[in-house]
Amino acid sequence: MSGWATQNDIIQQLQKEVLSLQGLRRASGDCRLETGLQSLEAAFPEQTFPTGVIHEFISYTNEESAATSGFIAALSGRLMKKAGTCLWIGTKRTVFPPALKIFGIEPERIIFIDPARHKEALWAAEEALKCKTLSAVIGDLPALSFTESRRLQLAVEHSHVTGFIHRHRPHTENTVACVTRWKISPLASEADEDMPGLAAPRWNVELTKVKNGRPGSWQIEWIDGSFRLATQPAYISAIRTRKTG
Amino acid sequence: MQKRFIAIWFPHLTTDWKIRRQPELKDVPFVFASPERGRMIVRATSAIAYAKGVYVGMVVADCRALIPSLQVFDDKPGLTIQLLNALAEWCIRYTPIAAIDPPDGLILDVTGCAHMWGSEETYLKEIVTRLKGFGYTIRAAIADTIGTAWAVCRYGQITPVISSGTQLEALLPLPPAALRLESNIVERLEKLGLYHIRSFISMPSSALRRRFGQSLLTRINQALGHEIEVIDPVRPIEPYQERLPCLEPIRTATGIEIALKKLLDMLCKRLQDQHKGLRRCLFKCFRIDGDIQKIEIGTNRPSRNTEHLFKLFENKIATLQPDLGFELFFLEAPIVENVSIEQEQLWNLAFKENDAEVAELLDRIAGKVGGQAINRYLPQESHLPERSFKLASSIDEKLETPWRILPRPIYLLPHPEPIEVMVRIPDYPPLHFRYNGTLHTVKKADGPERIINEWWYKMGLNRDYYCIEDEVGRRYWLFRLGDYNSNEPRWFIHGFFA
Repeated sequence: MSGWATQNDIIQQLQKEVLSLQGLRRASGDCRLETGLQSLEAAFPEQTFPTGVIHEFISYTNEESAATSGFIAALSGRLMKKAGTCLWIGTKRTVFPPALKIFGIEPERIIFIDPARHKEALWAAEEALKCKTLSAVIGDLPALSFTESRRLQLAVEHSHVTGFIHRHRPHTENTVACVTRWKISPLASEADEDMPGLAAPRWNVELTKVKNGRPGSWQIEWIDGSFRLATQPAYISAIRTRKTG
Repeated sequence: MQKRFIAIWFPHLTTDWKIRRQPELKDVPFVFASPERGRMIVRATSAIAYAKGVYVGMVVADCRALIPSLQVFDDKPGLTIQLLNALAEWCIRYTPIAAIDPPDGLILDVTGCAHMWGSEETYLKEIVTRLKGFGYTIRAAIADTIGTAWAVCRYGQITPVISSGTQLEALLPLPPAALRLESNIVERLEKLGLYHIRSFISMPSSALRRRFGQSLLTRINQALGHEIEVIDPVRPIEPYQERLPCLEPIRTATGIEIALKKLLDMLCKRLQDQHKGLRRCLFKCFRIDGDIQKIEIGTNRPSRNTEHLFKLFENKIATLQPDLGFELFFLEAPIVENVSIEQEQLWNLAFKENDAEVAELLDRIAGKVGGQAINRYLPQESHLPERSFKLASSIDEKLETPWRILPRPIYLLPHPEPIEVMVRIPDYPPLHFRYNGTLHTVKKADGPERIINEWWYKMGLNRDYYCIEDEVGRRYWLFRLGDYNSNEPRWFIHGFFA
């Protein structure tokens, strides 16, 4: 029996080594990202949301892009906590800074980098990911080749900065060296007590790829500054337009 | 020690400078002129034009009658002072005290300097030769007093070196204008037949004062050394620069890096002592074959962090071509700003420690992509979404008003786009709307939130904003421009909620 135990130990040890070789490392203390969603975190190796890695997000429509930006903003807000700085890099910026406040970010703590060319944006993203003091780096980089993503991944392996790459309308969904691939799309919101009007934003969060984890999909709400699993499936209610003015 | 002064006169200062820059003008008569009361008046003449009878103050049309080929350039005001200042600074190699004497001269206090060159004659000759080598027509004289030196350099005929105590003898044969008198006094003296200083210098002072005023006596006394005259020397700003000569020519990147680090250390130490930081830095390498190579960096905030500055330079070192090797390295900070300690503290509050690393990252990005690409936003008190935030002027500017939590979309279109709607009036949100060819059925709506243009900013129709969710949960920010009272209002989409 003792032989079995040691074998198990060895396998576990090896698994851990493989993880670290794949760029995943156990998040410790400060840089841990608490989503508050057990079922989501269960999808990841070691049941922790991976930080210090690159996450890839894919969106096609403007609505999906907005939902993705919101989800990324909420995650980065968690990472930035009280006092962090975050860089938002992209050639065609659409994000509206005052709206970030809703997702728990002080908009003045985000520094937007708006280079004219995609190449410069890539360079800036790589440089930013090397800077250890940043909380997160968000890159709107639609075209990302495998080699380019490798460079970004290598940068974070040194610095342990978390990167979110948002690919809006990519030409191809090519394989990249990111740890996860997400697709976020908006879902009908649902108020608790059948209140009129819009409720908290609700998303269909699809984790299509994750290294050493289990892909899945969840319905997640952003409510009062935290994530919550949507209790019942999105239910399309009857037309409820009311006079609200 | 007996004071000694050199007066230098540049009769054709600006025109000589022009010839220096455009050698083809060397044999051409030309003048600088500027308009005065509808005529062009000559302000400076070139030596050739002067020889042909063109003087300062003449009308250009008259000069053209004298010299048909005369070229006329626009006079640049301030150029004289600028040139004199530069020349005075150049003269600091001969004496620490050099002053300008507008409009066309320099005064050097050379007390105790001449012996370095052997004698006053060789000293003066050296200055004159060097300045003439630059292409300036000059005359210079050395004397005990500024007045005498000035007089002799402009009107003297015999020797430019007036030995100590012989001012009077030197002045006697000179015309009264040599005493730096106002033109009306000179005119009056000449009217009375006093063409030389010797004719009136021995007159009783009371008589001179009565007829010509105190200023004549002051000038005589200054020239003779009875009255002290002070000069205001130029004080060159000591530039922020360091140099490092090498015994052996440097050819390797490592060698250049070591040199650069050493120079940065020296420069940053000085900046540290003076509470300054550099915004721009220039690194020049002098190659053995006379070639000069330079690389330049700029920073977002005044910086004196050696490591950071070195990093900024590091990327560019590869562009240097040492060939046979560099023999001299030169580091200069042309733009230097004060670093306020307060500012640093404010920054720390906003971004905790390690801010420097972020600032340095931004410097690198600014160096590669351009500073305009880096944006940070602060709230602004306005209800108009496009004016509800402003660009922060610096990376450490604090916010004055808090951000307001309002239903605002995370994805804002750069320009609102028109949509077709089906809507109940007066104030209901749309039932359906069509955007980019897709029909959306509205399921939920919030609003309207009326935003009226700020009259001090611009006039226009007010906007009624609605937050809309369609049948599959896509959320939009729509607005109606205008109301139903005036004319048919138009509907627009302005953003997408998360």
